[in-house]
Order: sequence, then C-alpha cells, then structure tokens
Amino acid sequence: MVKRGIEKIYLGLIMIFLYAPILTLMVFSFNNSKSRAKWGGFTLKWYKNMLHDPEISKSLYYTLLIALLASIIATIIGTLAAIGIHVMKKKTKTVVLNATYLPVLNADIVTGIAFMLFFVAIGLKLGFASMLIAHITFNIPYVILNILPKLSSLNKFTYEAALDLGAHPMQAIWKVIIPEIMPNIITGFLLAFTLSLDDFVISYFTTGGGVTNLSITVYTMTRRGIKPEINAVSTVLFLSILILLLIINKRSERNVKKMGGANI
Amino acid sequence: MKKIVLLLTSLMLVLTGCAKNVETDPNKPLAGTTIYVYNWGDYIAEDTIERFTKETGIKVVYEPFDSNEAMYAKYKSGAVNYDVLIPSDYMIQKLISENELLPLNFDNIPNAKYIDSSFKNLQYDPENAYSVPYMWGTLGILYNKEKVKEEVDSWDILWDSKYKGQIIMMDSVRDSFAVAFKRLGYSLNTTDKAQVDEAFATLVEQGPLVQAYVMDQVKDKMIGEEAALAVIYAGDAIYCMEQNENLAYAVPKEGTNFFVDAMVIPKTSKNKAGAEAFINFMNDPEIALNNTEYIGYSTPHAEAKAMLDEEVRNNPSAYPSKDIIDKCEVFIDLGQEMTAYYNDKWNELKASLR
Amino acid sequence: MNRKWLATPYLIWMVIFIVVPLLMILYYAFTAKDVNGTRLTFEHLMKSFDSKYMVALGKSFLYAFISTVICLILAYPLALILVKYNKGGSAMLFIFILPMWMNFLLRTYAWLSLLETNNGLVNTILRTLHLPTIDIIGTPKAIILGMVYNFLPFMVLPIYNALAKIDKSIMEAAYDLGANDFQRLLKVTIPLSMPGVMSGITMVFMPAVTTFVIPNLLGSGKVNLIGNIIEQQFLVTYDWGFGAALSLVLMIIILISMAIMRRNEEDMEGGAGLW
Repeated sequence: MVKRGIEKIYLGLIMIFLYAPILTLMVFSFNNSKSRAKWGGFTLKWYKNMLHDPEISKSLYYTLLIALLASIIATIIGTLAAIGIHVMKKKTKTVVLNATYLPVLNADIVTGIAFMLFFVAIGLKLGFASMLIAHITFNIPYVILNILPKLSSLNKFTYEAALDLGAHPMQAIWKVIIPEIMPNIITGFLLAFTLSLDDFVISYFTTGGGVTNLSITVYTMTRRGIKPEINAVSTVLFLSILILLLIINKRSERNVKKMGGANI
Repeated sequence: MKKIVLLLTSLMLVLTGCAKNVETDPNKPLAGTTIYVYNWGDYIAEDTIERFTKETGIKVVYEPFDSNEAMYAKYKSGAVNYDVLIPSDYMIQKLISENELLPLNFDNIPNAKYIDSSFKNLQYDPENAYSVPYMWGTLGILYNKEKVKEEVDSWDILWDSKYKGQIIMMDSVRDSFAVAFKRLGYSLNTTDKAQVDEAFATLVEQGPLVQAYVMDQVKDKMIGEEAALAVIYAGDAIYCMEQNENLAYAVPKEGTNFFVDAMVIPKTSKNKAGAEAFINFMNDPEIALNNTEYIGYSTPHAEAKAMLDEEVRNNPSAYPSKDIIDKCEVFIDLGQEMTAYYNDKWNELKASLR
Repeated sequence: MNRKWLATPYLIWMVIFIVVPLLMILYYAFTAKDVNGTRLTFEHLMKSFDSKYMVALGKSFLYAFISTVICLILAYPLALILVKYNKGGSAMLFIFILPMWMNFLLRTYAWLSLLETNNGLVNTILRTLHLPTIDIIGTPKAIILGMVYNFLPFMVLPIYNALAKIDKSIMEAAYDLGANDFQRLLKVTIPLSMPGVMSGITMVFMPAVTTFVIPNLLGSGKVNLIGNIIEQQFLVTYDWGFGAALSLVLMIIILISMAIMRRNEEDMEGGAGLW
C-alpha cells in the first residue's frame, strides 16, 4: 500500500512539473497587462482580439491543416514502410534505417535549409506544398520508430497461417498485422502530429506565399514581444485537444469494457 | 472516434477560415493584382492591410520575419517573389550593394514628401533612391530609479561593478559591440580589427557583471525589477516606463545607434506598381499615425508626428533633440569578412562567460 | 507478393527528400566559392576543429547527455507505473504527451516567468514559506531543466511502448522461478525494454544537442551551444559551407556513438538500424 502511495505521489509530482508552465500560460492569457512581469487584472479581451486578428486565425488554420495532413500521410507511408523494412535482409535494412534517421539526427536548421535549397533547385515555389512535404518527411522516421519494434515481437506464423488459409497477402496484412500494431500506429500518428504542431525552423524555411503556422507567428514576435493573444490561442487549442482526448478515451473505455478486458 | 476528430477539426478550420474575407473594388486600376510583403513580426497596425486592400483592390500576401538575416536568407534563395521588404538600415545597404533593389519611382509615391528631411539621404541609402523610412528609434539605457541613484549619462555605468548581476545587455552582436565601441569612442561600423579586439576585451571585462544577454525578455525583466540597468530600444523603453514608474530612459552622451527600418522593393518584384502603391498608402498621414500608435516606435513621418499626442511628441526618449541625434550612427553592412570576424569574437565572448 | 515492396513508396520519398538534401549539405560542406568558381575543399571541416567550436560542441554533448540521463531516470519509473495502472485506453499516456501541444517557445517563456529570481512564481512561493529562493536562470541548471522538460515525453513514450508489450507470462515465469520484484526488474524487465530505452535516448539526445532556443532563453544568452553556432553560420555570417561542415561533424559523432552503444547489446529481435 505504501508502494501505491509513493507511485501516486511520483505521478503527481511529474504532472505538476509538466503542467506548471502550461497553467502559467493559461493564467497569463487572462492578464490585463501585456507584460508577463505584472498582473494587470482579469480580462477576456485577448480572447476577443484573437478572433479578429487575421494573422493569428490564418496561422491557426494552417497549423492544424498541415499537422493533420502531414501526420496522416506520414502514418500511412510509415506504416507500409515499417512492414516492408521489417522483412528486408539485414544489409538493406541497416542502410535504409540509417538513411531514415538522418532527419532526426540533423539540427532542425540544417534540415530546413537543405529543404529550401532543394525546393529552389527543383523549381518548386515555397508555399503549402513545400511545407507539407517537409513535415511529412520529418514525421515518417518517428512513425517507423514506433512501429518497427512491435513488428519484431509479433508472432511470425500468424501471418503465414493466414496465407496458408487462403488469404490474399493484402488481406492478411490488413486483418492480421495491422490490428496487432494499431496502438503503435496511433502513437506514431500522435507523435507526428505533435512534432508538426510545434515545428518552427523547418517550417520557416520551407514555406512562403503567406502560408504560415503558429510557431512561425510566435517566433517572429520575439523582437517586439509576444502578444497575449497568442496565449489565448494556445490555451484554446490546448483545451480543445484535451477535451477531444477525454471524449475519445471515454469512448474507447466503453469499447474495451464491451470487449471484456484491456487490449492495448 | 475518427468522426469526432474530423468534425471538431473541420469546425475549427471553418471558424478560422471565416476570418479571411476581404472586399475588393473593381474600379481601382490595380485591383485584382497581388503583392507579397515581408515585414518584421507584429510591425503593422492590425487593420492596415485590410484598409489597403479595400482602397486599392490589391491583394496582400503578408509574411513576417524575426530578423534581418533570416529575411535575407529566405529572400536570396529566390523562394518567394517579394514585392515589398521592410528591413533595417544595414541590410538595405547590403541589398543595394548586391544590386538587389529597384530604384523607386517617387511619382508613384507622392506621400513620401511627408518624410522628415533628416531621414533622407542616410548613410545606408545615400541617394535616397531605394527606400522610404518606416520606423526608427534609438538604443539607450533603461534604468530603475530606485536602484540607480546617480545620473545615467554614459555607457560607462554598464561597467560599474556595483551593479554586478544587475546589468542586461542585448543578445545581438552588432548592438552589444555598438555599446562597447561608443564607450571607447569608436565608430560602431568600424572595420579596424584592432578596435574590434579592444571592444571585445572590454566586453569580456564586463562579462561577470552581466545578468543576461537577451532580446525581448528585457522588458519583462525590467518591469519585474529583476535588474537595474538594461540596453534597450527607445520604443520598448517607453512601454516599460508606462508599466513601471520606477523606470527611466537615457541616451548616453557618447552617442549611440539609431536604427531605421525602411520599405524597399526587391528586383524579384512582379508587381512594382502595386508595391509602390503600398508604400504610398503606408505614408498616408492617417495610416502612418495608426501604425505608429500601434507599434510604439518613433515615426519619420512629419505629418504623423504632428498628429501624435503632445505627450508622445515631446517625449525626449521617443524624439530626442537634434544634438543627440547628431551623435548617433546608423548601422551599415560590414561585408562578409568583417561580419565573420565580429561573429567569431562574439562566440569567443560567450565562451569566456562563467 | 513479397511484403518488402510495401516500403517502396517510402523508399522513393526517402531518396528524393532525405538523400538528395543530404547530398546538398555534403556539397556545401566540402566546397567553397571564390573568384575562380567552385572548388573542393576541406577548410570548412578543418575550421570546425578550432577550440572554440569544439568547446561548444563538448558543452552541447555534455548538457544533452546529462539531460538524457535525467530524462531516463525520471521516465522509466513513470512508464512502469503507467503500464501497471493502464486500464484500457492510453489516457494516462496522452496526459503526459499533451503538454507538448503547447508551443515550445511559449512553454520555455513560461519557465522564465516561474523561475525569475525576484518576480518569479516559484520564488514568490518560497519566500512566503520563508524558504531559501532559487536563482538558476542563466545557469546550466536552468538549461538542463528546460531540456528535460521539453524532451521528457519523448523518453516516456517509447519506454512505455516497450514495457507494455512484454509478455505477462514471462513475468509470471520469473516469479514462479523464485525471483523477487527487484530481481525481476533487473534481470527481466530492463533487458526486455532495452529497445524502447534506446529509442528514447535517440529521440532525446539528438534534438538536445542541437537546440538553441533553450540556451538563449533559460541560459540568458550566456551559454553558446553548437546549435547557436550553426544557426549563426546560416543566418548571420552566411558561411553555409562552415555551417554544413559543423552539422556533418555533429552527425558523424552521433552516428559513431550510436553504433558503439549498439555493439554493446547483442542482436535483439529484429535488430533495427538505430534500435
């Protein structure tokens, strides 16, 4: 029982550590003073302003759109890739994997500039497409990183049994492998989404033509001071995602109870 | 689950997408065309672009940047065909020397007449052919009157060991070196390595006294009374003084940097007429006033200045007297080799701290 | 149909968008332009071995290493607890990932508000409780705190995944064979979770080495790490050749250290590149 108590305390401390800055930001989104050094009274004006600010609305829109699209596409390509890489011969596998991890290894700014140069060289005007391509590219390794180890622990013979029983390979993959790795696919997707949501350097150098995201907007405010509307936007974004997750969780809990037992 | 995600996401997209509507008037000559504007972040009043499009029918694709150098890197890559850039003095000079800018046709920019003559023919654009100034300001010392009881009139005070750990410098090579140069009596654009070395040595000497090398956090630090003295831009100083009445601003007697951000048209522009219309619009007295009041920096626009609140207009921090301006220098580009040298010294300085 | 062809779309993508840009970096690292045109050169590479850059590189690796170790120490028990109390649905896990959805820069600024010496929330609380205040902004401690804060979820996630997939029957077998909790942890759980640990280390260590925002903000601009220097080369001095060379050196050092780490573990099921 003591152990249980200690565990709870530990969890609690980590939670406080992780959420302290978030709560601080939320509190400041109601601060009447622009400065983070003083409390100027409670206000909702930043929330009102944020709806009227075209720059912020635009960034929010693109941030969500790119993050969603990039993570979905990266998850699809990455899942297929992981399945394929898993069965490669050792040598090819090592080469492919090491190449895959290059964007992870490189400093953001190097990847960002390399992309920019590349796009200019092939004549692609910077904008939505270039930013999307860049995001997909740095997301895929993380998806693969999440799925590959699980594939190694799967029972190899289930797939073959399915084939033996007359299933077409694609059917076997869809019905046997995918359900087993689904939790990892989801985690990979979430990780990719998170990375896209927060990226600045790579986005900065691969976008143009007015396409921007929240991170770029925040960074470009650093010379003049970060507008409190940004705190408001972040709070709204954060709370929406939190609520979304809670809903999803309630639903899957109900599903799990129906199926009788934990499966993740 | 997927349905809910899609629903909520599309809701969000729709809501934010709604904020993008803009009117156009088909009776304007350049209506329907587009211009690409690249400016500092948060450096324009919130309704200016909308009003411009309403009046001229020209659509504006607006991008912010956070530093002259980042702007330059993106611009040079040719990735976007910008029509208007709003960089700082030395960057403009660099662009001019690299033949990147188009000379302006002032017939299309009649409002340029409102610019105060002391802002024409500055060192970075001596023939005044390529740029129209937008905002300017000085670099000075913001100090806390409760913590600093003596008179603040010289850069020397930032080397005073009784303020150890209470001094804030700028995390910017040029700005911090400028402070050192002015203290030593040199030009802040010097290309004399011996002078640079001397400035470097004096900065190293100051190192242990410095609390932080920061950019915009200086405001919160001073308002929160974390430090006694800080190097800061005038516009930011005025904001701080409004937030905390213990603060005061001074421009040291040795002189300082005064910066000018100006509008230019790069040669990649595909809509020069539209760009010039934009620059002209920005210099409409009412628009210039609006921008100035929003940004809080000083305006070079004589009419707009006349329309400012008397308090602001007569504030010596925002609009210092002529003899102070005479001692100020604008930054000019140092060339690749010197820039690298300054930078190396800056890295060495950072390496020497603690 | 051989499953390995499923990876084809990815392979094509990879060659175009990963390999080619990499080649461009190599191009910049080994060439220089001058009056006579472009020439092959090692001078950028040589310059990176100058002491001030090596010192920055060393510091970056040191801080990244310390942060990674701290992340590991904090994340492992956390993952164990999460797996133990996981009752259908990874809600708890998401709660730990959620902070990452608040902008990175904003969160770092928030730490400034919390930790400032005079005005910061933490110190205000400590003062009211008559406890000694902390003064860490501008010191390496703050930088490491910032790094741990930002990268902790990246360590928790893979370890959690690895622990979750450990077959319960193995654990029971160990128990049946007389192992107590601690022995089980040491001899069964930890070895089996190694792939997850390695993955976590990879995802934390590398970005930690190249980050420049955290030293700028929490280090009060006093600590120059390799990320700052690389950024300068691309954005201030326009010495892209040197910037590329520094990045290359960084990449190679990391690849070598990863390879050494891998050699110390025997081939795990499905030896997977950096895994």
